[in-house]
Amino acid sequence: MNVLITEYLRVNLDTENYECRRCGKVLVSARENYKRGLLVYDRDPREIHKPLLDTSKYERTYSPNPQWCRILEYYCPQCGTMMEVEYVPPGHPPLHDIELDIEALKLQWKDRPEVKEAPVGPPPPRRGHEHHGHKH
Amino acid sequence: MNEPLNKKALPKEEQAVLDRFLADNRLFLGPDPEIMRNHSLAPRTADEDAILKKGLDVHQVHHIRGLINAALSEAFQMVNQMGAAPGAKWGDLVTGIYTNSGDLAMIAPHGIIAFAACCFYPVKFIIKYWVNDPTVGVKDGDGFIHNDARYGGIHNTDQSMMMPLFYKGELICWLSSTIHEGENGACEPGGMPAAAESKYDEGIKMSPFKVVENFQIKRDLLTFLQNSVRDPKLQLEDMKVKLHAVMRLRERIVAILDQYGRDALVGTLRSHLEDVETEMRRRIRELPDGTTRVNAFMDSSLRENCIQKISLAITVKGDRMLMDFRGSAPQFLNRAVNTNIASFKAALCTGLLQNIWPDLPHTMAVLSPIEIISDRNSILDAEGEMPQAMSLMPLFKACVIWTIPMNKLNYSLPHRYSAVIAQQYDQAATFIYGGLTQHGDVTGNFCADINGMGQGARSDADGEHSVSPVFGFMADSGEHEINEEDTPIIRLGAQRLAKDRIGFGKYRGGMGYEQIATMRDSALWGFMTGCEGSLFSSAQGLFGGYSCPAYQLCKIKGINVFEVLRDHPKLIQEFDMIRLMNEQPIPGGKYTSQDMGMTFELCQEGEIYMICQGSGGGYGDVLERDPELVMKDLREDLMSHDIARDIYKVVYDEKTLLVDEQATQELRQAYRRERIARGKPFDAFCKEWVKPEPPAHLPYFGSWENSKEIYASTAGQRIKMDADKLQGAFMLNPKDLRITELESQVMSLRGQLEDCNKTRKPS
Repeated sequence: MNVLITEYLRVNLDTENYECRRCGKVLVSARENYKRGLLVYDRDPREIHKPLLDTSKYERTYSPNPQWCRILEYYCPQCGTMMEVEYVPPGHPPLHDIELDIEALKLQWKDRPEVKEAPVGPPPPRRGHEHHGHKH
Repeated sequence: MNEPLNKKALPKEEQAVLDRFLADNRLFLGPDPEIMRNHSLAPRTADEDAILKKGLDVHQVHHIRGLINAALSEAFQMVNQMGAAPGAKWGDLVTGIYTNSGDLAMIAPHGIIAFAACCFYPVKFIIKYWVNDPTVGVKDGDGFIHNDARYGGIHNTDQSMMMPLFYKGELICWLSSTIHEGENGACEPGGMPAAAESKYDEGIKMSPFKVVENFQIKRDLLTFLQNSVRDPKLQLEDMKVKLHAVMRLRERIVAILDQYGRDALVGTLRSHLEDVETEMRRRIRELPDGTTRVNAFMDSSLRENCIQKISLAITVKGDRMLMDFRGSAPQFLNRAVNTNIASFKAALCTGLLQNIWPDLPHTMAVLSPIEIISDRNSILDAEGEMPQAMSLMPLFKACVIWTIPMNKLNYSLPHRYSAVIAQQYDQAATFIYGGLTQHGDVTGNFCADINGMGQGARSDADGEHSVSPVFGFMADSGEHEINEEDTPIIRLGAQRLAKDRIGFGKYRGGMGYEQIATMRDSALWGFMTGCEGSLFSSAQGLFGGYSCPAYQLCKIKGINVFEVLRDHPKLIQEFDMIRLMNEQPIPGGKYTSQDMGMTFELCQEGEIYMICQGSGGGYGDVLERDPELVMKDLREDLMSHDIARDIYKVVYDEKTLLVDEQATQELRQAYRRERIARGKPFDAFCKEWVKPEPPAHLPYFGSWENSKEIYASTAGQRIKMDADKLQGAFMLNPKDLRITELESQVMSLRGQLEDCNKTRKPS
């Protein structure tokens, strides 16, 4: 049985491995950091958040400063899906962001039916803009 | 305070006498750690226990809860309609009801959660110190005021009115109303001085004290308060508004007491809290056991750029949840971006109820079962004399920091209580202002645009544009016409979505809007802005979605736009920040792009200041974005063609916006192959990438690899501290640093000139 962990990651409880939800690639043991099963690329943030102001006139142009901020992009090694991104100062250790207790997970899902598609929750609460006697 | 070295143990009786003497003669009743460090519900009182054990009619409880909600809502509307503060007009306010132990039981449905969640600290202070104090006491008709965040509060701009409710001579519960008032007599106008270097620069500091007797404001104290702020009219009006809203709330609650009896009300308030706590534990139990983590990097102290890390690990085991913030940046001794832990928890409460489980009743009980750990003297658990006037910076992070680790915990659940959502933009991107109005009044406050933050993308939809602030889904972005009537600020551009400034993803973040402002008809006026995120993106994406970009403050100084437009009506085609900055249409103007954190500076008539609200984080891989959604963004002029092609890899006709699906699919597939070719296996990547400590060029505050070692720069020197022995960092004055830098340049140039003169041959 699979347990969905993120948009792109699942845990196969039978094999105890992390797998890619897009292509089924077995990534790494679910007891490890899933990032160990992925490819990483150090991206200059100016390539994604492109300068909008003329760089010959201004130093600050809406791009993050590459001396302060880098984007780590994590890809599935089989299908190339970008499963995670992490914005960090240069040289900062990547975060071990998901560390699940697999024994507890197995116990928890023992009586739950498998979920194949992640449910969509209700939208966050909102209150409309009101003025001059009308709302929108 | 240190113990004296020669301290000897006293005999028991003498010690008791000494303890009693000290208790009766405390020099100063400062913020009480016993109150400020405890966010859990008080134990049931004997009275509550007896009522609950007797059993309550659940239908009646439900009915009474509805009546209280209606009463809180009515009082909220009164403040909203009558309040003079700009914040009151847009919904930056709340009304609340507390048990007689001071626990926050219920909040007005549209009220700012954090305001009420903060009030429970001063209510508990009043109960502990003033109820039995013969010089103060608490009677029917009394009202207490408070604004100092060290006694509970977000920051000192927020003023509360708290009132005990007596029924047949017995204190039954407490009621409150809070507004973000703005002006508070600080060293900069508007109430949020980033220039504050100590708590004494933050303006008036009200510990909880009695300002109302027999339902009337005491004029002598009111005069003192009016004399302490730049806007005495505002101080008077809103104290009256809050008092009368609380009095109306009191009438409604008394009516409930008359109809259903005191046991029904006391039982309802307590059972409401306990039920919420029980439901919280049930929801925590549903989550998988384990730990998820997130880091946030703030890039400015609002006086200089520096990285401050906020580190969070959420651990779930059974029905226990632990939030561990250890490893975060240390507090600053002389910068305003600290917060105390009580305020931080109130913001966490807001974030949980806004982003994770918004269907739960709005009460502090949601946080009660969660254990929160922090390093003392860190930026989010600051203590002592440090300023915290711009506590918004870490507090806004607290509002959004849940989204990533909680979605990684709850994504597996078979059902959802709310949408899976990326981080909302989390900067106070608004103009704070002060000076003389066109009517000759002194004022200081801020604009409603703070409430126009873009929402994060969801797992099934793009984020909403400029929807609300991180601290209140219900708050509005106001009316510029009202602002222009009251202040000399003129909007040259407003509510225009900031094109190309997007948190990209399968679903993109909701975008923020541009704010272009100037001033006319004032002899003295100025602006400040209080945002970070100019070097390092602030709102983070989720599951492969990108964060928002960096944002700047742009200015055109040395011009008068009114004269320019009078003389050349067609010179400026449109008030668009990017075009104005790149095309520089106004001759003679000094165009600058700088950090979004700017301390107060004077604005001459017709000079232009430009900022924008930001985008929420994106959700998912950009290559999975439906090409039709990309075309929709182009049709709505939210994005340029080069970005559509380069980021989303869509092949289409620019004129017709018709997508070539086959070519798009092939392009995206080729790009996936490029990713695989350029990516490195994680372990090999880390060997090259990870450095043992922060780069020398970065002023870095917080842990690096080991959460028990904290880096900081103090007085210009990098230091490393044990996390359990943190010292505040002392920052040098940026102007002094600049003077030193320029002096050294002058020395060097002078030397070069002398060398030049020596070698120069006489003609």
